[in-house]
Amino acid sequence: MAKMNGAGTKEAAAGGAQVTFLEAIRQAMFEEMERDPAVVLLGEDVGVYGGAFKTSEGLLARFGWERVMDTPISESAIIGAACGMSYLGLRPIVEMQFIDFIVCAFNQITNFVAKGHYLWNAPAPMVIRGPSGGGVHGGPFHSANPEMYFVHTPGLKVIYPSTPYDAKGLLKAAVRDNNPVLFFEHKFLYRRIKGEIPAGDYTVPIGKAMVRREGRHLTILSYAAMMHTSLEAAEALAQEGIEAEVIDLRTLLPLDEETILQSVKKTNKCLVVHEDTKTGGIAGEIAAILCEKAFDDLDGPVMRVTSLDTPVPYAPTLEDHFLPNAKKVFTAAKELARY
Amino acid sequence: MKKELTRQQYVDLYYYMRLNRAVEDTMVKLFRQNKIVGGLYSSLGQEAISVGSAYALEKKDWLAPMIRNIGALLVKGVPPRDIFMQHMAKYDSPTKGKDGTSHFGDLDNLHIVSPISMLGDLIPVMTGVAMAGRYLGQKIVAMTWIGDGGSSTGVFHEGLNFAATQKAPFVLILENNLWAYSTPVRKQVPVENLADRAKAYGIDSYIVDGNDVVAMYSAAKEAVERARAGEGPILIEAKTFRRLGHAQHDPAEYVPKEMRTYWEARDPITLYEKYLTSEKLLDAKSKKEIEDKIEALLAKEREFAENSPMPPAELAEESVYCTGDDCHKIRAKWERPVAEVTPPKSSVAAVWTVPGFGSGKGSGGANAPIHFGDAPAATEKSVSERKPPAKIATKTGAKKPLKAAAASASRKARR
Ligand SMILES: Cc1ncc(C[n+]2csc(CCOP(=O)(O)OP(=O)(O)O)c2C)c(N)n1
Ligand SMILES: [Mg+2]
Repeated sequence: MAKMNGAGTKEAAAGGAQVTFLEAIRQAMFEEMERDPAVVLLGEDVGVYGGAFKTSEGLLARFGWERVMDTPISESAIIGAACGMSYLGLRPIVEMQFIDFIVCAFNQITNFVAKGHYLWNAPAPMVIRGPSGGGVHGGPFHSANPEMYFVHTPGLKVIYPSTPYDAKGLLKAAVRDNNPVLFFEHKFLYRRIKGEIPAGDYTVPIGKAMVRREGRHLTILSYAAMMHTSLEAAEALAQEGIEAEVIDLRTLLPLDEETILQSVKKTNKCLVVHEDTKTGGIAGEIAAILCEKAFDDLDGPVMRVTSLDTPVPYAPTLEDHFLPNAKKVFTAAKELARY
Repeated sequence: MKKELTRQQYVDLYYYMRLNRAVEDTMVKLFRQNKIVGGLYSSLGQEAISVGSAYALEKKDWLAPMIRNIGALLVKGVPPRDIFMQHMAKYDSPTKGKDGTSHFGDLDNLHIVSPISMLGDLIPVMTGVAMAGRYLGQKIVAMTWIGDGGSSTGVFHEGLNFAATQKAPFVLILENNLWAYSTPVRKQVPVENLADRAKAYGIDSYIVDGNDVVAMYSAAKEAVERARAGEGPILIEAKTFRRLGHAQHDPAEYVPKEMRTYWEARDPITLYEKYLTSEKLLDAKSKKEIEDKIEALLAKEREFAENSPMPPAELAEESVYCTGDDCHKIRAKWERPVAEVTPPKSSVAAVWTVPGFGSGKGSGGANAPIHFGDAPAATEKSVSERKPPAKIATKTGAKKPLKAAAASASRKARR
């Protein structure tokens, strides 16, 4: 018998630990597989190697070849097979090596996986997860934020967490959900962000946003890496006497309209910050919701700070220009506060 | 012709082919009366394939039909009324009018996976069904069909290759009916026998006369049992011909007359009737009994279907999501000890063993080097602990201080 490859049980049992975003994700998978033998993992290099980013390190050693499957480079086949597995009551977790490659399986996800429950009463409990986002100079094919392709697909749920606590709790909730859930892991956060997670089992409810910082002058809505950027901007705004309320959307589909509306009805101003490109980003959807449901409460335009409407460029000078940053958020928020 | 069929099995095959054709004939009538909501496809001349292959499955096995596999659905136990109502978009149909044609399934009883229109997508899905069945110890086989045209899709390759690497208990029937809509097979695939593709996946294949139901059944039966025994997926190419157009709207004038004449003389039901008669397995009396039985059944089924209402408009809004246990109790049916797949029994040495070269392990675990786009943990970066950055207003982005490190790391470990 092989020596266990230190897979997270000890850490999890110890609890109350500071863990990285990446470790939180690994623990979630580890504990869910421990809890329920119907949970299996499949993807490219997830087994012996432990995943390109090591999110599945140690899972094969503990759970074996039948539950941790190294697959060919065939995104459609991996997701299609996971869908078939879900029909027999399994709860597969699929890793996309980089989330950019998820579009290779676009058809399987949007036509097969997403529509089954509506059309023929066939739930497909599965999680599709993988490293997303820019800021690490991965270039145009290793930096994508393709969440909105899927937010536009009824039948899916879409999660994009920003803290280790949420990443673990939401991933566990996703595994236990009876619907297909897309789980985006911003790779910039993997080892840069640490946070405390409690000992033992917990979940974070899907579809609930969270107020990260209270304020009364304006609302900043964001998620994932830009959550941290927004908090940083809020801190700077506070220095100038502007109290921004910062809300972490956490789940993009279904969107927590209640929390959004509650905050905007209080602050009367809303700025949406996301790393996704501008046109067709969630900010546009939120602006429409606010127009429909909080028009009389708005004292200024719904504003947005987003990436440029271009592919993600490679050179650091270009990518820095492409991405939002705290300064851009700060500037936009100040402008909005003037209304 | 195989000896191992019982008299009853010979008659069953005949009954289901006749039923298949009669169901489709009835739907043509409904179509002409404008009672069918969308298009109507036909499997005229291909009944032996659907019926013969599905008949090789056991009750616990899984199948997923394509548009020309009404016969397979009937063999698996779908009542004709469901097929009629699907096409008529009725409220009592399996999808309550949300989808049409053979696009419906039954996870709990009949073990049928619903297809989607995108050709080839069922191949990986049924591979997953086969893998899950094996994992749960159910000893099932999964089967689906694909056309000569559909075999040109990328997902055909991905799916069959994945099934092969996994040795999944999966049987794929490739119905080579020589046409994909208006495109002849030679423009789809420049090889004589589509079964040859199996070689590329290291799996076995059969070539069968798709108009000979007993040959079809025998090949499918052998394939199903081999797959069940753990030999991996098997591809069966059934040679046949699409006798009508792509669907009702298509007169198929692009098909040469001689070709049609040739194949019309090889009608699978006529051929089988001749065989059964010469082998004294069917006489005029029992043939008449079967015809009467089908006629009575379909009259009843059609009446039920026609009387079913259209779905209420509000139904359009319902059931996008499963709401949880109240909606679906999702439980895997274990037919092997769970202890086999849970620690400590499941634990293995996480190494690749390469014959002749020994073994190598994955990575250094916690000490693994920094990977693409990755950087060392910045403990001070937890959300609550962020310092009030006076500098923000000047220039620094949140990510700024860490970028240099990330850039050099990513350069080293790139792709
Ligand atoms: C991916 C995809 N592309 C196009 C179509 C449209 N389409 C439906 S059936 C068909 C022809 C299929 O030919 P074949 O696979 O040989 O099956 P047959 O109709 O002969 O049974 C086409 C092009 C489709 N359903 N799916
Ligand atoms: Mg064809």
